[in-house]
Amino acid sequence: MSLRVFIADDEAPARDRLKELLQDIAADVPTEIVGEARHGLETIERLPGSGAQVLLLDIEMPGMRGLEVARHLAGLDSGPAVVFVTAHDKHAVEAFELNALDYLLKPVRAQRLAAALKKAAGARAPSGEQLAAQSAHLSEVREYLSVTERHRIVLVPVRDIVFLRAEQKYVTLRTKGRTHLIEEPLIALEREFARRFVRIHRNCLVARDAIRGFERAAPSNDEPHWLVVLDGIDERLPVSRRQWPMLREIVADRG
Amino acid sequence: MPSIRQNTYSDLLPDFRNLGVIARVLVAVNTFALVAAAYAMPTVRAALERFIEDAAFLEPLLFIEVSVLFAVSPLLGRLRYAYGCIAVVVLVVALAVIYQAALSGLQLSPAPLGRAAFFAALAASVLLGYFQLMVKAFSPALAEARLQALQSRIRPHFLFNSLNAVLALIRRDPGRAERTLEDLADLFRSLVSDARRFVRLSDEIALLERYAAIEQLRLGERLRITWELDAAPSDALLPPLVLQPLLENAVYHGIEPATEAGEVLVRIERRGDRILARIENPVLDAGPERAGNRMAFDNIRERLALFFDAEARVETRVDAGRYCVEIEMPYLTQERRAA
Repeated sequence: MSLRVFIADDEAPARDRLKELLQDIAADVPTEIVGEARHGLETIERLPGSGAQVLLLDIEMPGMRGLEVARHLAGLDSGPAVVFVTAHDKHAVEAFELNALDYLLKPVRAQRLAAALKKAAGARAPSGEQLAAQSAHLSEVREYLSVTERHRIVLVPVRDIVFLRAEQKYVTLRTKGRTHLIEEPLIALEREFARRFVRIHRNCLVARDAIRGFERAAPSNDEPHWLVVLDGIDERLPVSRRQWPMLREIVADRG
Repeated sequence: MPSIRQNTYSDLLPDFRNLGVIARVLVAVNTFALVAAAYAMPTVRAALERFIEDAAFLEPLLFIEVSVLFAVSPLLGRLRYAYGCIAVVVLVVALAVIYQAALSGLQLSPAPLGRAAFFAALAASVLLGYFQLMVKAFSPALAEARLQALQSRIRPHFLFNSLNAVLALIRRDPGRAERTLEDLADLFRSLVSDARRFVRLSDEIALLERYAAIEQLRLGERLRITWELDAAPSDALLPPLVLQPLLENAVYHGIEPATEAGEVLVRIERRGDRILARIENPVLDAGPERAGNRMAFDNIRERLALFFDAEARVETRVDAGRYCVEIEMPYLTQERRAA
Protein backbone atom coordinates (compact mmCIF):
# COMPACT_ATOMS: atom_id res chain seq x y z
CA MET A 1 0.00 0.00 0.00
CA SER A 2 1.45 3.28 -0.96
CA LEU A 3 1.36 6.29 1.27
CA ARG A 4 -0.87 9.14 0.12
CA VAL A 5 1.13 12.38 0.12
CA PHE A 6 0.04 15.98 -0.37
CA ILE A 7 2.63 18.65 -1.26
CA ALA A 8 2.19 22.31 -0.33
CA ASP A 9 4.86 24.75 -1.47
CA ASP A 10 4.62 28.09 -3.25
CA GLU A 11 7.67 27.51 -5.48
CA ALA A 12 7.15 25.23 -8.46
CA PRO A 13 10.79 24.02 -8.50
CA ALA A 14 10.51 23.06 -4.84
CA ARG A 15 7.41 20.94 -5.55
CA ASP A 16 9.15 19.36 -8.54
CA ARG A 17 12.14 18.52 -6.41
CA LEU A 18 10.01 16.80 -3.78
CA LYS A 19 8.22 14.77 -6.45
CA GLU A 20 11.54 13.72 -7.90
CA LEU A 21 12.78 12.62 -4.51
CA LEU A 22 9.57 10.70 -3.83
CA GLN A 23 10.19 8.76 -7.04
CA ASP A 24 13.79 8.11 -6.04
CA ILE A 25 12.78 6.55 -2.75
CA ALA A 26 9.72 4.73 -4.12
CA ALA A 27 11.37 1.32 -3.67
CA ASP A 28 11.91 2.03 0.00
CA VAL A 29 8.75 4.05 0.72
CA PRO A 30 6.08 3.69 -1.97
CA THR A 31 4.03 6.89 -2.24
CA GLU A 32 1.27 8.34 -4.30
CA ILE A 33 0.80 12.09 -4.71
CA VAL A 34 -2.84 12.92 -4.08
CA GLY A 35 -2.66 16.68 -4.28
CA GLU A 36 -0.61 19.83 -4.50
CA ALA A 37 -1.16 23.40 -3.40
CA ARG A 38 0.64 26.61 -4.26
CA HIS A 39 -0.22 28.53 -1.14
CA GLY A 40 -1.74 28.26 2.29
CA LEU A 41 -5.37 28.95 1.46
CA GLU A 42 -5.25 26.52 -1.42
CA THR A 43 -3.97 23.84 0.96
CA ILE A 44 -6.92 24.40 3.29
CA GLU A 45 -9.26 24.16 0.33
CA ARG A 46 -7.81 21.09 -1.37
CA LEU A 47 -6.40 18.90 1.34
CA PRO A 48 -9.57 17.80 3.17
CA GLY A 49 -11.01 16.01 0.12
CA SER A 50 -7.72 14.51 -1.01
CA GLY A 51 -7.50 11.64 1.44
CA ALA A 52 -3.86 12.54 2.12
CA GLN A 53 -2.13 10.66 4.95
CA VAL A 54 0.94 12.85 5.00
CA LEU A 55 1.27 16.55 4.26
CA LEU A 56 4.64 17.96 3.23
CA LEU A 57 4.10 21.57 4.25
CA ASP A 58 6.35 24.52 3.46
CA ILE A 59 6.27 26.97 6.34
CA GLU A 60 7.03 30.16 4.37
CA MET A 61 4.04 30.38 2.07
CA PRO A 62 1.92 33.28 0.86
CA GLY A 63 -1.79 33.31 1.59
CA MET A 64 -1.32 31.65 4.91
CA ARG A 65 1.84 30.49 6.61
CA GLY A 66 2.39 26.75 7.01
CA LEU A 67 2.02 26.66 10.74
CA GLU A 68 -1.39 28.29 10.65
CA VAL A 69 -2.45 25.90 7.88
CA ALA A 70 -1.54 22.97 10.15
CA ARG A 71 -3.54 24.47 13.01
CA HIS A 72 -6.70 24.66 10.92
CA LEU A 73 -6.17 21.14 9.58
CA ALA A 74 -5.85 19.84 13.13
CA GLY A 75 -9.62 20.22 13.39
CA LEU A 76 -10.23 17.50 10.79
CA ASP A 77 -11.35 14.09 12.04
CA SER A 78 -8.72 12.20 10.09
CA GLY A 79 -6.20 14.92 9.42
CA PRO A 80 -2.87 14.06 7.83
CA ALA A 81 0.42 13.68 9.65
CA VAL A 82 2.40 16.83 8.93
CA VAL A 83 6.06 17.15 7.97
CA PHE A 84 7.09 20.79 7.92
CA VAL A 85 9.60 21.90 5.31
CA THR A 86 11.66 25.05 5.71
CA ALA A 87 14.55 26.65 3.87
CA HIS A 88 15.93 28.35 6.89
CA ASP A 89 14.38 29.40 10.10
CA LYS A 90 16.45 28.92 13.18
CA HIS A 91 13.67 29.83 15.59
CA ALA A 92 11.16 27.55 13.92
CA VAL A 93 13.60 24.64 13.96
CA GLU A 94 14.34 25.05 17.66
CA ALA A 95 10.62 25.18 18.37
CA PHE A 96 9.90 22.13 16.17
CA GLU A 97 12.27 20.10 18.31
CA LEU A 98 10.71 21.44 21.47
CA ASN A 99 7.16 20.64 20.41
CA ALA A 100 8.02 17.26 18.89
CA LEU A 101 6.94 18.28 15.39
CA ASP A 102 8.66 16.71 12.42
CA TYR A 103 10.47 18.91 9.92
CA LEU A 104 12.82 18.80 6.94
CA LEU A 105 15.35 21.38 5.81
CA LYS A 106 15.55 22.55 2.20
CA PRO A 107 17.29 21.37 0.12
CA VAL A 108 15.78 18.09 1.30
CA ARG A 109 17.84 14.88 1.23
CA ALA A 110 16.26 11.68 -0.06
CA GLN A 111 17.27 9.72 3.04
CA ARG A 112 15.81 12.26 5.42
CA LEU A 113 12.62 12.39 3.41
CA ALA A 114 12.29 8.59 3.51
CA ALA A 115 12.83 8.55 7.26
CA ALA A 116 10.30 11.33 7.82
CA LEU A 117 7.68 9.55 5.69
CA LYS A 118 8.18 6.23 7.47
CA LYS A 119 7.74 7.95 10.77
CA ALA A 120 4.72 9.89 9.55
CA ALA A 121 3.06 6.76 8.13
CA GLY A 122 2.45 5.49 11.65
CA ALA A 123 1.88 8.86 13.23
CA ARG A 124 -1.28 10.82 13.93
CA ALA A 125 -1.89 14.40 12.94
CA PRO A 126 -0.11 16.85 15.21
CA SER A 127 -2.37 18.00 18.01
CA GLY A 128 -3.86 21.46 18.20
CA GLU A 129 -2.01 21.96 21.49
CA GLN A 130 1.37 21.09 19.99
CA LEU A 131 0.77 23.48 17.11
CA ALA A 132 -0.58 26.21 19.37
CA ALA A 133 2.56 25.92 21.50
CA GLN A 134 4.66 26.19 18.34
CA SER A 135 2.80 29.34 17.28
CA ALA A 136 3.14 30.87 20.72
CA HIS A 137 6.85 30.06 20.66
CA LEU A 138 7.27 31.96 17.40
CA SER A 139 4.79 34.71 18.41
CA GLU A 140 2.79 33.87 15.31
CA VAL A 141 -0.80 34.97 15.48
CA ARG A 142 -3.41 33.37 13.23
CA GLU A 143 -5.22 35.45 10.65
CA TYR A 144 -8.24 33.17 10.68
CA LEU A 145 -10.23 31.06 13.07
CA SER A 146 -11.71 27.93 11.59
CA VAL A 147 -14.84 25.87 11.88
CA THR A 148 -14.68 22.33 10.56
CA GLU A 149 -17.81 21.18 8.74
CA ARG A 150 -17.53 17.50 7.82
CA HIS A 151 -14.88 17.55 5.08
CA ARG A 152 -14.60 21.26 4.77
CA ILE A 153 -12.83 23.91 6.74
CA VAL A 154 -14.59 27.27 6.98
CA LEU A 155 -12.23 30.13 7.66
CA VAL A 156 -13.35 33.27 9.45
CA PRO A 157 -10.92 36.21 9.18
CA VAL A 158 -9.98 37.35 12.67
CA ARG A 159 -10.35 40.97 11.59
CA ASP A 160 -14.05 40.39 10.83
CA ILE A 161 -14.83 39.12 14.31
CA VAL A 162 -16.81 41.51 16.49
CA PHE A 163 -16.94 39.45 19.66
CA LEU A 164 -16.17 36.03 21.14
CA ARG A 165 -18.36 34.75 23.95
CA ALA A 166 -17.90 31.62 26.00
CA GLU A 167 -21.08 29.58 26.31
CA GLN A 168 -20.89 26.30 28.17
CA LYS A 169 -18.92 23.96 25.95
CA TYR A 170 -18.31 26.30 23.02
CA VAL A 171 -17.23 29.79 22.18
CA THR A 172 -19.62 31.80 20.04
CA LEU A 173 -17.86 33.77 17.37
CA ARG A 174 -19.80 36.70 16.00
CA THR A 175 -19.06 38.64 12.82
CA LYS A 176 -21.31 41.34 11.39
CA GLY A 177 -23.15 38.84 9.29
CA ARG A 178 -22.82 35.43 10.96
CA THR A 179 -22.42 33.41 14.10
CA HIS A 180 -20.19 30.34 14.44
CA LEU A 181 -19.35 27.97 17.23
CA ILE A 182 -15.73 27.06 17.85
CA GLU A 183 -14.10 24.75 20.33
CA GLU A 184 -11.24 26.75 21.75
CA PRO A 185 -10.86 28.00 25.28
CA LEU A 186 -11.57 31.73 25.58
CA ILE A 187 -8.49 32.22 27.72
CA ALA A 188 -6.22 30.91 24.94
CA LEU A 189 -7.92 33.16 22.39
CA GLU A 190 -7.51 36.12 24.72
CA ARG A 191 -3.80 35.41 25.01
CA GLU A 192 -3.20 34.91 21.29
CA PHE A 193 -5.18 37.94 20.15
CA ALA A 194 -4.47 40.30 23.03
CA ARG A 195 -3.76 43.15 20.63
CA ARG A 196 -7.06 42.81 18.86
CA PHE A 197 -9.59 41.89 21.55
CA VAL A 198 -10.31 43.17 25.00
CA ARG A 199 -12.16 41.34 27.78
CA ILE A 200 -15.38 43.10 28.79
CA HIS A 201 -16.75 40.38 30.98
CA ARG A 202 -15.73 37.05 32.50
CA ASN A 203 -17.12 35.27 29.45
CA CYS A 204 -16.64 37.75 26.63
CA LEU A 205 -13.98 39.35 24.41
CA VAL A 206 -14.79 42.16 21.97
CA ALA A 207 -12.73 43.64 19.13
CA ARG A 208 -11.22 46.91 20.28
CA ASP A 209 -11.89 48.47 16.86
CA ALA A 210 -15.55 47.55 17.01
CA ILE A 211 -16.34 49.42 20.22
CA ARG A 212 -18.55 52.41 19.38
CA GLY A 213 -19.36 53.50 22.88
CA PHE A 214 -21.19 52.60 26.09
CA GLU A 215 -24.78 52.79 27.22
CA ARG A 216 -26.01 52.90 30.74
CA ALA A 217 -28.55 50.26 31.60
CA ALA A 218 -30.69 50.63 34.73
CA PRO A 219 -32.77 47.57 35.47
CA SER A 220 -35.38 48.42 38.10
CA ASN A 221 -34.35 45.91 40.73
CA ASP A 222 -30.64 45.82 40.07
CA GLU A 223 -27.63 48.11 40.28
CA PRO A 224 -27.10 50.13 37.10
CA HIS A 225 -24.34 48.85 34.82
CA TRP A 226 -22.81 49.58 31.43
CA LEU A 227 -23.44 47.99 28.07
CA VAL A 228 -21.00 48.14 25.19
CA VAL A 229 -22.33 49.37 21.82
CA LEU A 230 -20.65 47.60 18.91
CA ASP A 231 -20.12 48.46 15.30
CA GLY A 232 -22.40 46.69 12.86
CA ILE A 233 -24.48 44.61 15.28
CA ASP A 234 -27.48 45.52 17.38
CA GLU A 235 -26.77 43.32 20.32
CA ARG A 236 -25.51 45.16 23.45
CA LEU A 237 -23.13 43.27 25.70
CA PRO A 238 -22.83 43.82 29.43
CA VAL A 239 -19.55 45.13 30.84
CA SER A 240 -18.50 43.72 34.18
CA ARG A 241 -17.81 46.16 36.97
CA ARG A 242 -14.31 44.86 37.21
CA GLN A 243 -13.46 45.56 33.55
CA TRP A 244 -15.22 48.93 33.38
CA PRO A 245 -12.38 51.27 34.47
CA MET A 246 -9.95 49.69 32.00
CA LEU A 247 -12.43 49.87 29.12
CA ARG A 248 -13.26 53.47 29.85
CA GLU A 249 -9.58 54.26 29.55
CA ILE A 250 -9.20 52.46 26.23
CA VAL A 251 -12.02 54.49 24.75
CA ALA A 252 -10.76 57.72 26.34
CA ASP A 253 -7.25 57.13 24.91
CA ARG A 254 -8.75 56.78 21.49
CA GLY A 255 -10.26 60.26 21.91
CA MET B 1 39.09 64.08 -6.23
CA PRO B 2 37.44 60.88 -5.01
CA SER B 3 36.92 60.94 -1.30
CA ILE B 4 37.18 57.17 -1.19
CA ARG B 5 40.01 55.21 -2.65
CA GLN B 6 41.33 51.83 -1.67
CA ASN B 7 44.01 51.72 1.04
CA THR B 8 44.78 55.41 0.89
CA TYR B 9 42.17 56.92 3.13
CA SER B 10 44.60 58.71 5.38
CA ASP B 11 46.31 60.52 2.51
CA LEU B 12 43.58 62.34 0.69
CA LEU B 13 42.68 65.98 0.34
CA PRO B 14 38.99 66.74 0.79
CA ASP B 15 36.94 66.89 -2.39
CA PHE B 16 36.39 70.62 -2.84
CA ARG B 17 33.56 69.94 -5.26
CA ASN B 18 31.57 68.06 -2.70
CA LEU B 19 28.64 70.01 -1.29
CA GLY B 20 29.24 68.60 2.18
CA VAL B 21 32.84 69.82 2.16
CA ILE B 22 31.85 73.26 0.89
CA ALA B 23 29.10 73.56 3.47
CA ARG B 24 31.47 72.58 6.27
CA VAL B 25 34.03 75.18 5.17
CA LEU B 26 31.42 77.95 5.11
CA VAL B 27 29.92 77.01 8.45
CA ALA B 28 33.31 76.62 10.14
CA VAL B 29 34.75 79.95 8.99
CA ASN B 30 31.59 81.86 9.89
CA THR B 31 31.38 80.22 13.27
CA PHE B 32 34.98 81.16 13.87
CA ALA B 33 34.23 84.79 12.96
CA LEU B 34 31.18 84.80 15.24
CA VAL B 35 33.16 83.42 18.17
CA ALA B 36 35.93 85.94 17.57
CA ALA B 37 33.39 88.78 17.51
CA ALA B 38 31.73 87.54 20.68
CA TYR B 39 35.10 87.35 22.39
CA ALA B 40 36.19 90.84 21.30
CA MET B 41 33.00 92.70 22.13
CA PRO B 42 31.44 93.32 25.56
CA THR B 43 27.75 92.96 24.65
CA VAL B 44 25.79 90.59 22.46
CA ARG B 45 24.50 93.46 20.38
CA ALA B 46 27.95 94.88 19.78
CA ALA B 47 29.26 91.41 18.97
CA LEU B 48 26.52 90.85 16.40
CA GLU B 49 27.19 94.21 14.78
CA ARG B 50 30.87 93.40 14.66
CA PHE B 51 30.12 90.00 13.14
CA ILE B 52 27.94 91.56 10.43
CA GLU B 53 30.70 94.04 9.66
CA ASP B 54 33.25 91.24 9.47
CA ALA B 55 30.93 89.14 7.37
CA ALA B 56 30.70 91.89 4.77
CA PHE B 57 34.44 91.55 4.42
CA LEU B 58 34.57 87.77 4.86
CA GLU B 59 31.76 86.40 2.66
CA PRO B 60 33.06 87.65 -0.71
CA LEU B 61 36.51 86.35 0.17
CA LEU B 62 35.09 82.98 1.20
CA PHE B 63 33.12 82.81 -2.00
CA ILE B 64 36.26 83.46 -4.03
CA GLU B 65 38.29 80.92 -2.06
CA VAL B 66 35.66 78.19 -2.38
CA SER B 67 35.18 78.86 -6.10
CA VAL B 68 38.89 78.75 -6.84
CA LEU B 69 39.32 75.54 -4.82
CA PHE B 70 36.34 74.11 -6.69
CA ALA B 71 38.00 74.97 -9.99
CA VAL B 72 41.45 73.59 -9.17
CA SER B 73 40.23 70.58 -7.18
CA PRO B 74 41.16 68.01 -9.88
CA LEU B 75 44.67 69.48 -10.13
CA LEU B 76 45.12 69.33 -6.35
CA GLY B 77 43.91 65.74 -6.40
CA ARG B 78 46.90 64.73 -8.48
CA LEU B 79 49.43 66.04 -5.98
CA ARG B 80 50.75 63.99 -3.12
CA TYR B 81 48.90 64.71 0.08
CA ALA B 82 51.60 66.84 1.73
CA TYR B 83 52.17 68.95 -1.39
CA GLY B 84 48.46 69.21 -1.82
CA CYS B 85 48.08 70.65 1.68
CA ILE B 86 50.85 73.16 1.07
CA ALA B 87 49.29 74.15 -2.23
CA VAL B 88 45.90 74.67 -0.60
CA VAL B 89 47.33 76.82 2.20
CA VAL B 90 49.44 78.88 -0.20
CA LEU B 91 46.50 79.37 -2.50
CA VAL B 92 44.16 80.40 0.31
CA VAL B 93 46.69 82.84 1.77
CA ALA B 94 47.53 84.33 -1.61
CA LEU B 95 43.87 84.90 -2.40
CA ALA B 96 43.29 86.50 1.00
CA VAL B 97 46.25 88.84 0.56
CA ILE B 98 45.22 89.84 -2.95
CA TYR B 99 41.66 90.43 -1.78
CA GLN B 100 42.86 92.47 1.16
CA ALA B 101 45.22 94.47 -0.99
CA ALA B 102 42.48 95.16 -3.50
CA LEU B 103 40.21 96.44 -0.75
CA SER B 104 42.99 98.56 0.83
CA GLY B 105 43.73 100.02 -2.56
CA LEU B 106 40.14 101.17 -2.56
CA GLN B 107 40.65 102.56 0.95
CA LEU B 108 37.98 100.34 2.42
CA SER B 109 39.79 98.41 5.10
CA PRO B 110 42.58 99.38 7.45
CA ALA B 111 43.60 95.89 8.48
CA PRO B 112 47.18 95.03 7.53
CA LEU B 113 47.96 92.36 4.97
CA GLY B 114 49.87 90.28 7.49
CA ARG B 115 46.81 89.77 9.64
CA ALA B 116 44.72 88.60 6.71
CA ALA B 117 47.45 86.20 5.65
CA PHE B 118 47.81 84.82 9.18
CA PHE B 119 44.11 84.14 9.68
CA ALA B 120 43.73 82.68 6.20
CA ALA B 121 46.61 80.28 6.86
CA LEU B 122 45.21 79.39 10.26
CA ALA B 123 41.70 78.72 8.92
CA ALA B 124 43.01 76.66 6.01
CA SER B 125 45.27 74.54 8.23
CA VAL B 126 42.63 73.94 10.88
CA LEU B 127 40.09 72.90 8.26
CA LEU B 128 42.54 70.60 6.49
CA GLY B 129 43.29 69.00 9.84
CA TYR B 130 39.58 68.62 10.51
CA PHE B 131 38.91 66.93 7.17
CA GLN B 132 41.85 64.64 7.75
CA LEU B 133 40.39 63.63 11.13
CA MET B 134 37.04 63.02 9.49
CA VAL B 135 38.57 60.73 6.89
CA LYS B 136 40.35 58.81 9.63
CA ALA B 137 37.18 58.53 11.65
CA PHE B 138 35.38 57.19 8.59
CA SER B 139 37.83 54.54 7.50
CA PRO B 140 36.92 52.05 10.24
CA ALA B 141 33.33 52.92 9.43
CA LEU B 142 34.03 51.85 5.87
CA ALA B 143 35.35 48.49 6.93
CA GLU B 144 32.34 48.17 9.17
CA ALA B 145 29.98 49.17 6.38
CA ARG B 146 31.53 46.52 4.20
CA LEU B 147 30.90 43.87 6.80
CA GLN B 148 27.37 45.03 7.35
CA ALA B 149 26.78 45.07 3.63
CA LEU B 150 27.78 41.43 3.58
CA GLN B 151 25.71 40.41 6.53
CA SER B 152 22.61 42.19 5.45
CA ARG B 153 22.99 40.90 1.91
CA ILE B 154 22.98 37.16 2.31
CA ARG B 155 19.43 36.23 3.08
CA PRO B 156 19.72 32.53 3.96
CA HIS B 157 16.14 32.01 2.88
CA PHE B 158 17.13 33.12 -0.63
CA LEU B 159 20.30 31.03 -0.75
CA PHE B 160 18.70 27.76 0.31
CA ASN B 161 15.61 28.21 -1.84
CA SER B 162 17.81 29.00 -4.84
CA LEU B 163 19.95 25.93 -4.29
CA ASN B 164 16.78 23.90 -3.96
CA ALA B 165 15.51 25.30 -7.25
CA VAL B 166 18.79 24.41 -8.97
CA LEU B 167 18.56 20.86 -7.61
CA ALA B 168 15.11 20.60 -9.15
CA LEU B 169 16.54 21.65 -12.53
CA ILE B 170 19.57 19.43 -12.72
CA ARG B 171 17.81 16.42 -14.23
CA ARG B 172 15.20 18.06 -16.41
CA ASP B 173 17.08 21.11 -17.69
CA PRO B 174 20.80 20.80 -16.99
CA GLY B 175 21.62 23.81 -19.16
CA ARG B 176 19.43 26.12 -17.14
CA ALA B 177 20.76 24.62 -13.92
CA GLU B 178 24.29 25.50 -15.06
CA ARG B 179 23.34 29.07 -15.91
CA THR B 180 21.58 29.47 -12.58
CA LEU B 181 24.63 28.30 -10.68
CA GLU B 182 26.75 30.75 -12.66
CA ASP B 183 24.33 33.53 -11.79
CA LEU B 184 24.48 32.55 -8.14
CA ALA B 185 28.27 32.53 -8.27
CA ASP B 186 28.35 36.02 -9.77
CA LEU B 187 25.93 37.27 -7.19
CA PHE B 188 27.99 35.91 -4.34
CA ARG B 189 31.23 37.15 -5.87
CA SER B 190 29.88 40.67 -5.79
CA LEU B 191 28.74 40.15 -2.21
CA VAL B 192 32.27 39.39 -1.11
CA SER B 193 33.91 42.02 -3.32
CA ASP B 194 35.45 45.19 -1.97
CA ALA B 195 32.56 47.33 -0.80
CA ARG B 196 34.72 50.46 -0.84
CA ARG B 197 35.20 50.55 -4.59
CA PHE B 198 33.00 52.25 -7.10
CA VAL B 199 31.40 49.94 -9.67
CA ARG B 200 30.07 50.75 -13.13
CA LEU B 201 26.33 51.03 -13.48
CA SER B 202 26.42 48.51 -16.35
CA ASP B 203 27.94 45.93 -13.97
CA GLU B 204 25.39 46.68 -11.29
CA ILE B 205 22.60 46.27 -13.86
CA ALA B 206 24.08 42.93 -14.98
CA LEU B 207 23.98 41.87 -11.36
CA LEU B 208 20.33 42.92 -11.10
CA GLU B 209 19.54 40.78 -14.13
CA ARG B 210 21.33 37.73 -12.73
CA TYR B 211 19.52 38.11 -9.45
CA ALA B 212 16.21 38.54 -11.30
CA ALA B 213 16.86 35.36 -13.33
CA ILE B 214 17.22 33.34 -10.13
CA GLU B 215 14.07 34.80 -8.60
CA GLN B 216 12.22 34.21 -11.83
CA LEU B 217 13.16 30.56 -11.69
CA ARG B 218 11.85 30.22 -8.13
CA LEU B 219 8.72 32.31 -8.50
CA GLY B 220 7.83 31.73 -12.15
CA GLU B 221 4.92 33.78 -13.44
CA ARG B 222 4.23 35.23 -10.02
CA LEU B 223 7.08 37.66 -10.64
CA ARG B 224 6.90 40.16 -13.50
CA ILE B 225 9.72 42.65 -13.77
CA THR B 226 9.51 45.71 -15.99
CA TRP B 227 12.91 47.11 -16.87
CA GLU B 228 13.24 50.75 -17.91
CA LEU B 229 16.93 51.10 -18.49
CA ASP B 230 17.21 52.87 -21.85
CA ALA B 231 18.22 56.14 -20.26
CA ALA B 232 20.70 54.53 -17.85
CA PRO B 233 24.27 55.64 -18.61
CA SER B 234 26.38 52.49 -18.42
CA ASP B 235 29.53 54.43 -17.53
CA ALA B 236 28.11 55.95 -14.33
CA LEU B 237 29.92 54.99 -11.15
CA LEU B 238 28.18 54.06 -7.93
CA PRO B 239 28.88 52.18 -4.73
CA PRO B 240 28.47 48.42 -5.12
CA LEU B 241 25.28 46.61 -4.14
CA VAL B 242 23.11 49.67 -3.83
CA LEU B 243 20.43 48.56 -6.26
CA GLN B 244 20.38 44.78 -5.90
CA PRO B 245 19.29 44.82 -2.24
CA LEU B 246 16.42 47.10 -3.21
CA LEU B 247 15.25 44.71 -5.90
CA GLU B 248 15.58 41.86 -3.43
CA ASN B 249 13.46 43.80 -0.95
CA ALA B 250 10.86 44.51 -3.61
CA VAL B 251 10.53 40.79 -4.36
CA TYR B 252 10.66 39.75 -0.72
CA HIS B 253 8.01 42.19 0.46
CA GLY B 254 5.93 42.76 -2.65
CA ILE B 255 5.83 39.42 -4.50
CA GLU B 256 6.70 36.46 -2.30
CA PRO B 257 3.97 37.01 0.32
CA ALA B 258 1.28 37.37 -2.38
CA THR B 259 -0.76 34.55 -3.82
CA GLU B 260 -1.34 36.48 -7.03
CA ALA B 261 1.22 37.64 -9.58
CA GLY B 262 2.72 41.09 -9.11
CA GLU B 263 4.83 43.57 -11.00
CA VAL B 264 8.14 45.07 -9.99
CA LEU B 265 9.45 48.12 -11.82
CA VAL B 266 13.14 48.94 -12.19
CA ARG B 267 13.86 52.31 -13.76
CA ILE B 268 17.29 53.88 -13.95
CA GLU B 269 17.90 57.12 -15.80
CA ARG B 270 20.19 60.09 -16.06
CA ARG B 271 18.79 63.57 -15.58
CA GLY B 272 21.41 66.18 -16.23
CA ASP B 273 24.26 65.43 -13.89
CA ARG B 274 22.16 63.25 -11.60
CA ILE B 275 21.38 59.55 -11.68
CA LEU B 276 17.89 58.53 -10.64
CA ALA B 277 17.00 54.97 -9.77
CA ARG B 278 13.49 53.93 -8.90
CA ILE B 279 12.26 50.53 -7.78
CA GLU B 280 8.57 49.86 -7.22
CA ASN B 281 6.62 46.92 -5.89
CA PRO B 282 3.00 46.29 -4.96
CA VAL B 283 1.97 47.02 -1.39
CA LEU B 284 0.37 43.98 0.22
CA ASP B 285 -2.07 44.67 2.99
CA ALA B 286 -2.82 41.15 4.13
CA GLY B 287 -0.52 39.01 6.19
CA PRO B 288 2.02 39.61 8.87
CA GLU B 289 4.79 42.03 8.02
CA ARG B 290 8.12 40.59 7.01
CA ALA B 291 11.01 41.98 8.96
CA GLY B 292 14.35 43.18 7.74
CA ASN B 293 13.50 46.21 5.65
CA ARG B 294 15.02 48.89 7.81
CA MET B 295 18.46 47.38 7.97
CA ALA B 296 18.92 47.22 4.21
CA PHE B 297 17.87 50.85 3.83
CA ASP B 298 20.05 52.12 6.62
CA ASN B 299 22.97 50.26 5.14
CA ILE B 300 22.42 51.69 1.66
CA ARG B 301 21.87 55.19 2.98
CA GLU B 302 25.03 54.98 5.02
CA ARG B 303 27.15 53.75 2.15
CA LEU B 304 25.79 56.40 -0.21
CA ALA B 305 26.68 59.01 2.40
CA LEU B 306 30.20 57.61 2.68
CA PHE B 307 30.66 57.78 -1.07
CA PHE B 308 28.79 60.97 -1.95
CA ASP B 309 28.36 62.79 1.38
CA ALA B 310 25.32 65.07 1.18
CA GLU B 311 24.90 64.71 -2.57
CA ALA B 312 22.93 61.48 -2.60
CA ARG B 313 19.51 60.79 -1.19
CA VAL B 314 17.28 57.77 -0.64
CA GLU B 315 13.53 58.17 -0.36
CA THR B 316 10.73 55.72 0.15
CA ARG B 317 7.03 56.33 -0.22
CA VAL B 318 3.75 54.65 -0.92
CA ASP B 319 2.06 55.86 -4.06
CA ALA B 320 -1.26 54.49 -5.35
CA GLY B 321 -0.79 51.04 -3.86
CA ARG B 322 2.82 50.87 -4.96
CA TYR B 323 5.82 51.03 -2.66
CA CYS B 324 8.55 53.14 -4.28
CA VAL B 325 12.19 53.54 -3.40
CA GLU B 326 14.08 56.32 -5.12
CA ILE B 327 17.77 56.91 -5.09
CA GLU B 328 19.33 60.04 -6.47
CA MET B 329 23.08 60.46 -6.77
CA PRO B 330 25.59 62.49 -8.76
CA TYR B 331 26.44 61.30 -12.26
CA LEU B 332 30.04 60.34 -11.75
CA THR B 333 32.19 58.63 -14.37
CA GLN B 334 35.76 57.41 -14.62
CA GLU B 335 36.57 60.37 -16.90
CA ARG B 336 34.98 62.89 -14.55
CA ARG B 337 36.87 61.41 -11.64
CA ALA B 338 40.17 61.73 -13.50
CA ALA B 339 39.38 65.19 -14.84
